[in-house]
Amino acid sequence: MGWPLAVSAALMESKHSALPKALGMLATGHFLAMIGILLPFSLMMFLVRWEVELRVVAGLLVIAMGIYLLINRRHPKFLARVHPARLALWSFLAAMAHGAGLMLVPIFLGMCAVGADDVGHAAAQSLMGSNVVTAFVVAAVHTLSMTLAGGMIAVATYRWLGLKFLSKTWFNLDIVWALSLVSVGAFGLYSALFVH
Amino acid sequence: MNLRPDPTFHASPKLAMQAPVENYAFTVMLSPDGLQSDGIAVVDVKVGSDTYGQIVHQVIVPNKGDEFHHFGWNACSSSLSPLTGHAFLERRYLIVPGIRSSRIYVIDVKEPLKAKIHKTIEPEELFEKTGYSRPHTIHCGPEGIYVSCLGGGGADGTDGPPGIFIMDCETFEIIGQYEMDRGKQDKHYDFWWNLPQDYMVSSEWGLPPQFENGVVPEDLLSNKYGHSIHFWDLRARKNIQTMDFGENYQMALEIRPAHDPTKSYGFCGVVVDTTNLQGAIFTWWRDDDGVWQSKKTITIDPRPEKPENLPPLLQGFEAVPPLVTDIDLSLDDKYLYVACWGLGEMHQYDVSDPMNPVLAGKVELGGIARGAKHPNGENFAYGPQMVEISRDGKRIYWTNSLYSTWDDQFYPDDEGGQMVMADVGENGGLTLNKDFYVDFPKGLRSHQIRLEGGDCSTDSFCYPSA
Repeated sequence: MGWPLAVSAALMESKHSALPKALGMLATGHFLAMIGILLPFSLMMFLVRWEVELRVVAGLLVIAMGIYLLINRRHPKFLARVHPARLALWSFLAAMAHGAGLMLVPIFLGMCAVGADDVGHAAAQSLMGSNVVTAFVVAAVHTLSMTLAGGMIAVATYRWLGLKFLSKTWFNLDIVWALSLVSVGAFGLYSALFVH
Repeated sequence: MNLRPDPTFHASPKLAMQAPVENYAFTVMLSPDGLQSDGIAVVDVKVGSDTYGQIVHQVIVPNKGDEFHHFGWNACSSSLSPLTGHAFLERRYLIVPGIRSSRIYVIDVKEPLKAKIHKTIEPEELFEKTGYSRPHTIHCGPEGIYVSCLGGGGADGTDGPPGIFIMDCETFEIIGQYEMDRGKQDKHYDFWWNLPQDYMVSSEWGLPPQFENGVVPEDLLSNKYGHSIHFWDLRARKNIQTMDFGENYQMALEIRPAHDPTKSYGFCGVVVDTTNLQGAIFTWWRDDDGVWQSKKTITIDPRPEKPENLPPLLQGFEAVPPLVTDIDLSLDDKYLYVACWGLGEMHQYDVSDPMNPVLAGKVELGGIARGAKHPNGENFAYGPQMVEISRDGKRIYWTNSLYSTWDDQFYPDDEGGQMVMADVGENGGLTLNKDFYVDFPKGLRSHQIRLEGGDCSTDSFCYPSA
């Protein structure tokens, strides 16, 4: 997300170095948005007794966000109020508005899931600790892959393909994105209820 | 909503120049006396077409007395802004305000030959939601459609300052006032911006009582029309600097920033310098300390004339003032076109060096006490006024009416609406095209022109041309 911003930053400053800098800021904002969503869930995971309920709620939340985005096809106007130089803030808000962090929750909870047998043995404290680490790992992996993918498009556009590529390849993925939120949520629900 | 960005959205001015040329022009038709309804004329500008240079469709509105003036698109190349991600809007609707009625029409021109009214916003809604009246300039921007208004509240538009309001770019609902801190701004006319650099510039004409019934000579001679421009922090919605050109520089109207967003300069046209009747262009720019500066870089002299040839308003001056009433900058930021509505001239300046413009071309047409004829032998009422440049910079279109009541003061014997076009030479220079001459239906005059797919005074770009 936000790779056109990196291209624009490099062109506006007419410096190659502005591109990685912009990508770094975008990644920072995205990572913070992921962590902001995942961390509360990871802390809640010590409520192992409520694990299934928690995963069901998370799945429903993600489905709800997907449906909301399907119905409300309007773009979040407040993103336009962000100053063009505040890329990290923009990236944070954009990820929040699109429910990018939320989408990771069912997957993340699935990874943290503990077998019924383990419950008796694992101390809540250590469980929570490892879940926090998992949250950071999930957020980092997600941010890294997003930045790599976006970065490659940005660099290719900036160096070789030119600006024409920008308007030619920009697809409206709003519906695809909303549907993928719904399917991730549904998958989360399914695995919480039926996979043990 | 499209799946891909509208093909008329261009990332940079350079890409817009390389895009396919315009096939249609949309031109305002206005009834000066309110006896007929106003409308939008769809003009065929496709070279080689059987109906080239003819009005091929008209959208006539149901009301009378709107007085159309300026108008604009619901979406332009600014939709490719990497920040807003509105890339999937369609450039489909023209937002057409009535400057006298404060009514706004949204006209669907997806199929130019079947263009029709999509929505009407009644004046009461505008008054209630914004406190402004007399909507004027339209620009599509970061948070929706921005509309400048020349009047504040109340019957004569002087209850509170005029300003800009924002309209939703999809539903065309009026959202509300733009300004959070307007500083010294108390009059309004034009505005434009540089989106990546996040600044806006606005200008001043006068308050409604100063223009609705004609120019008020006492106000003009006592320098009571606008003579300042305002610089804004666009997203913070705050006036950061007011620049006074000097009170003799009456009516600072059109704001034309460089199209390339890496540049931090632009131009503003001043109708008349009351000390010597000259027309003037100021270049404004941001210095290294971030402070806005300006300098008068073009002056155009009045032409001496015998009083008996002049309208009563000008007889005492024994001269024809140039009356710089519109300017427009080509997409490559190379040529600035200056309409001298009083003299009856269109000037072309090479502004490659914005601090030292050089006159590169000139065309005479109409004019006070001159009435230069079109090369096809026809009359041209009034003088060259609203000017629009094709995206590729090769064709310059213009019309002739300034504003109903002002036309009648400066050209009491003229009547009619015309639209003409001049070709630009390889190395500059301007020649009127003999074959393009649109005469508007009887009783209607013409004002602003918009070109299919965008033009040089609508689109703002978010990426540099490099």
